Amino acid sequence: MSYLEYAVKSTPSGFRKFLYMNWPLTLLLISTASAGFLMLYSVAGGSWLPWAEPQMERFGLGLTVMFIIALVPIWFWRNMSVVAYLGSIALLIFVELFGTIGMGAQRWIDLGFMRLQPSEVMKVTLVMLLAAYYDWLPSYKTSRPLWVVIPVILILVPTFMVLRQPDLGTSILLLAAGGGLMFLAGVHWAYFAAVIAAVVGLIATVFNSRGTEWQLLKDYQFRRIDTFLDPSTDPLGAGYHITQSKIALGSGGWNGRGFMQGTQSRLNFLPEKHTDFIFTTLAEEFGFVGGITLLTLYGLILIFCLVTALSTKDRFSSLVTLGIALNFFLFFAVNMSMVMGLAPVVGVPLPMVSYGGSAMLVLMAAFGIVQSAHIHRPR
Amino acid sequence: MKQHKSKSQGLAYKRLPRRALILGGLQAAFVGGLAARMRFMQVDQADEYRLLAEENRINIRLIPPTRGRIYDRNGQIIGQNSQSYRIVIVREDAGDIDKVIAKLSDLIPLTQDEIERAKAEMRRSAPFLPVTLADQVTWEDISKVAVNAPALPGVTPEVGMAREYPRYEDFAHVVGYVGPVSDYDLSQIEDPEPVLRIPRFQIGKVGLEAKQEISLRGKAGAKRVEVNATGRVMRELDRQEGETGADLQLSVDADLQQYAQARLAGESAAAVVIDCETGDIRAISSAPSFDPNLFVRGISVADYRTLTQDKYRPLANKTVQGTYPPGSTFKMVTALAALEAGVIGPGNTVYCPGHLKVGSRRFHCWKRGGHGTVDLGLSLKRSCDVYYYDVALRTGIDNISEMARKLGLGVRHDIPMSAVAAGLAPNQEWKRRVHGEEWLVGDTANASIGQGFMLASPLQLAVMTARIATGRAVSPRLVRSVDGVEQPTGAGEPLEINPYNLDQIRKAMFSVSNDRRGTAYRSRIIEDEFRMAGKTGTSQVRNITKAERAAGVIRNEDLPWERRDHALFVSFAPYDNPKYAIAVVVEHGGGGSKAAAPVARDIMLQALYNGTPPLDAYPVADRERIKEQQKRLEGDRRPKARPDEKDRA
Repeated sequence: MSYLEYAVKSTPSGFRKFLYMNWPLTLLLISTASAGFLMLYSVAGGSWLPWAEPQMERFGLGLTVMFIIALVPIWFWRNMSVVAYLGSIALLIFVELFGTIGMGAQRWIDLGFMRLQPSEVMKVTLVMLLAAYYDWLPSYKTSRPLWVVIPVILILVPTFMVLRQPDLGTSILLLAAGGGLMFLAGVHWAYFAAVIAAVVGLIATVFNSRGTEWQLLKDYQFRRIDTFLDPSTDPLGAGYHITQSKIALGSGGWNGRGFMQGTQSRLNFLPEKHTDFIFTTLAEEFGFVGGITLLTLYGLILIFCLVTALSTKDRFSSLVTLGIALNFFLFFAVNMSMVMGLAPVVGVPLPMVSYGGSAMLVLMAAFGIVQSAHIHRPR
Repeated sequence: MKQHKSKSQGLAYKRLPRRALILGGLQAAFVGGLAARMRFMQVDQADEYRLLAEENRINIRLIPPTRGRIYDRNGQIIGQNSQSYRIVIVREDAGDIDKVIAKLSDLIPLTQDEIERAKAEMRRSAPFLPVTLADQVTWEDISKVAVNAPALPGVTPEVGMAREYPRYEDFAHVVGYVGPVSDYDLSQIEDPEPVLRIPRFQIGKVGLEAKQEISLRGKAGAKRVEVNATGRVMRELDRQEGETGADLQLSVDADLQQYAQARLAGESAAAVVIDCETGDIRAISSAPSFDPNLFVRGISVADYRTLTQDKYRPLANKTVQGTYPPGSTFKMVTALAALEAGVIGPGNTVYCPGHLKVGSRRFHCWKRGGHGTVDLGLSLKRSCDVYYYDVALRTGIDNISEMARKLGLGVRHDIPMSAVAAGLAPNQEWKRRVHGEEWLVGDTANASIGQGFMLASPLQLAVMTARIATGRAVSPRLVRSVDGVEQPTGAGEPLEINPYNLDQIRKAMFSVSNDRRGTAYRSRIIEDEFRMAGKTGTSQVRNITKAERAAGVIRNEDLPWERRDHALFVSFAPYDNPKYAIAVVVEHGGGGSKAAAPVARDIMLQALYNGTPPLDAYPVADRERIKEQQKRLEGDRRPKARPDEKDRA
C-alpha cells in the first residue's frame, strides 16, 4: 500500500508533472466555468457584480487548489481518506451545533471569505473513503455481508446528518454516489436488486395505504408529497418556480433570445436565477444550441474522467475518479431534470456554473484528485 | 509482492471496467434523455412557451377615456370634466404608514372611513402601487400637502378628472349624474368592457348620463407595458390612444331651464316646454331638485336622508316619471274623439244642469248650478264636465283611448332620461286584461274628464298640446346633436285628424285664455303677436263623498297639502303660428287656473322673448306684481352660477 508498489521511475516529478496533467479536462473545466461567468454577468443585468466577479475569483482559487492537489501524489490522498472523512463528519457536527442558518436549513460555516458547506465536502471525502476501503479490501470479501454493511454505515451516517439540516437534495446525492461507488467496486448485483426492490416495495406500500384504514402517513403528508412530486398542482406556490423555469427554457427556442435578452430572467420571473436555476437563463438566452453545448461539455468531462479511470491500473485511482465523475454527473443531472420539470425541486446547483463558493471549490479540489490520479498513474 | 496481490485481486478488479462502462452507459442514456427533453421543450414546444413568456412579460394597461361633455342648445356647459385633486400614498415609499397618515390627518381633514379604506386597499395591492387616500381634495389642502412634502414620504398629490355639473340643480333630473362602477352595475351588464373594472371608474348612474353612457364614455385606450414578476412596470412598449366620449348637445335652453326651475321653486311641480316645429324640449324642469355634484363626490348619509325624506320628493323626476290624472286638460282629447267619430258637430249643444245620471250614479259638474246649454267652444272655455260625460258616452271609450294615443298619451316617448313613464290611456280591453272586470259606463264618464284610470306625465301633456297645435305627430327630442352630428328632429308626420276639427279645438283653447269668461283669462298674454291658447285642469286626488258635497265642497286651501287637487295647465303660443307648447303640473297646487296657468304663462313668455319679457306682454293689472317677481327670480338665479361660470356663459 505504499507508493513503492508503483513504478515510481516512470512517474513524472517536479514541474514535469504539469505536462502530464489531463489538460483537455482542465480546458473543459475552464470552458464550463466561463459559461458560468457569462451567465452570471447576464443575470446581473450586464454587470460583473455582484456575482460574476466573485465567482471568477473563486474559480481562480479553485484552479490553484486543483493544481496543488494534482501535484501531490495520489497515494497521499488515499492515505488521507480516513482523516478527510472523519474531518468532514466533524464539520457536519460543527455545523449542526454552530452553523449559520440559511434558507431555513443549517448548512454553512462562515469562514469570513467564504461560506463552507460541509455537506459539499462530504460528497468528495465519502467517495475517497469508499475508494480507499475497496482498494484495501481483498477482492473476495467484497460481497460478503459484513464487508457490505461497513460501507453502508459509512454512507448512511453522513446522509442522515445532512438530512437533519435539512437538505434532502444533498443527502440523496450522497446516497446515490455512495451506492454508485459500491456498484463500481463490484459488490454483487443481488444486493442492489434487493435494496431497489425493498425501496420500491416500501414506496408502493405507503402509497397503496392511502385511503385505507391502515394508512401509514397522515393526509397532509400525502398532500405534501403530491406537491413535491407534481408541482403543477400548486401553480402559485411550489409550482410557480418550476412553471416559470419551464417557460423560460421553452421560450428560448432553437437559437435563444440572445445574450442578455432573456425576458424571464431579466424581469425576475425566474427564481434563484443565479444559483439553482441558472441553466434556464442559459437555455433562454442561447436556446437549444446553448443548452446542448453545455450538456456536451459536461458529457466530455465525464468521458475524460472515465478514460482516466480505465487507463490507470490503480484501483483507488479508478474508483475515486469514477466516484467524482458520478458525483459530477448527479449534480448536473438532478439540476437539469429539476429545471426541465422532470424532477421535484431540490436545492442542487449546476456544477461549475451556478454561483456559489464552496460547491465550486470542492469540485475543483475533487478534480485535483482526478488530475493527481492521472499524473501519478502507474505506467 | 503487493503489486502482485493487487493484480491478483481477481474478480472484483476485473469487474471494475465493466461496471464503469455500465454506469457510464446509464449516464450517457440519461444525458441523452436530458437532451431529448430539451429539444422537445425548446424546439417542438418553443412557440407555446414563447407565448407564455410574452403573456408573463407584457401587461395591457387601460387608459380611461375622457368622458364626453354635455352642452345646452346654445353651447353652455351642463356637464364637463374638471380637474380634481386627490392624495395618493405609495406604501413602499411611505415606510411607516400609520405615522405618515397620522401626520397627514393633522394637515388636512381625513375621515376614519377614508383611512380604513385606504389601509385595506394597501394591504391588498402591491407595495409600489399608489392608493388613493383622499379624493376631491381642495386646492388649499393640496398646497398644504405639497409644502409639507418632505415630512410626508410616499404621499403625493395627483390630478385627475372628475365630472362637474356647473348648472347645479337645474339639470339634475335631465342629465342625472355619474358615480363609480359598483358590483351591482357590473352584474347588470353582459360582458362588461374591461375599462369598467378600473377602480373608481365613473359611469352614468341616472338620467342622460346613464342612458347615453355608451356614446359619452368613449373608448378606452391601452398601453402595453413590460412588467416584472411582481407587476412593477419596467417600461412602456407602445400605446394606443383611446377615443374621447362624444359631446352631446341638448335641445334644452339652459337659461330657460334655469328660469323654469326658479319659477317652480317652492312647489312640488313640473314644467315641460316643447318646440312645436322640431319637438325639441326647450325646458324640462322638475321641482324641487338637488345638486348632482353631491352624488359625484359621494353623497353623505345625512344629505341623502334629507333628500329622501322631503315630502316634495326632490329625487323624483316629475316631468317624465310622475304621472297624474290629466283632469280637464284631457277634454280636448274627448272632444276631438267625438268630432272625429261624428258624434257631435259645431252646432250641437248639451244641457248642463250641474250633474248627469250615468247608470245608477250621479256625476257632478264642477259648477254646482250647471252651465245651462253648452256647445263645444263653451264647454272648453268654461270647462263644463257634464258636456263631456254626455259626449263621451256617445263616443265610446275605445275611440277616446285611440285619440289619446294618437296625441301621445298612454305611450312611452323615447327620450334618454330615466324612468320615462308610459302613463295610461285605458280602453275596454285594458280593463278586462288588468283588472279582470268589464268596462263600465261610469269609467267612461270619469275618463272623459281625465279622471279615473287616466294618467299622463307632464311630458306627455306637452306633446299632446304640441300635436293639437300643429296637427303633426310631434315627438320630443332631448339630444340635438351627438359630436356635432344633428339628430333627427321630432317634427313628425301630419296626424290623421280632420284639420277642421283640430281648428275647432284650438279656437276653443284660445277662448280659454283670451275670453273674459275663460278659465285662464287672468293668465293671458296680451301681446298680440304672442297670444296663447290653453286649457286648465284640476285633478282630484280623492273622491268627494255625497255627504261632503251636501255640506258644500271644501276649499282646497282648507285641506292638508297632500289631499289638495293637482293643478294643471297646458298651452301653446303664438296662437296663429304655434312655436312652443307647454305643460305645467303643480302637485297639490289647487286649481289649475290659479296655481298652474300663471307659471305656464311666465315660462312661455320667457321662451317667446328668449329672455326676460317686457312688462307690456302682461295684463295691466298684473304688471306690478310681475315686476317684483322678475326682480326676485333674478335674485334667486344669480348666486347659482359661480362667478367664473358666468364669464364663460
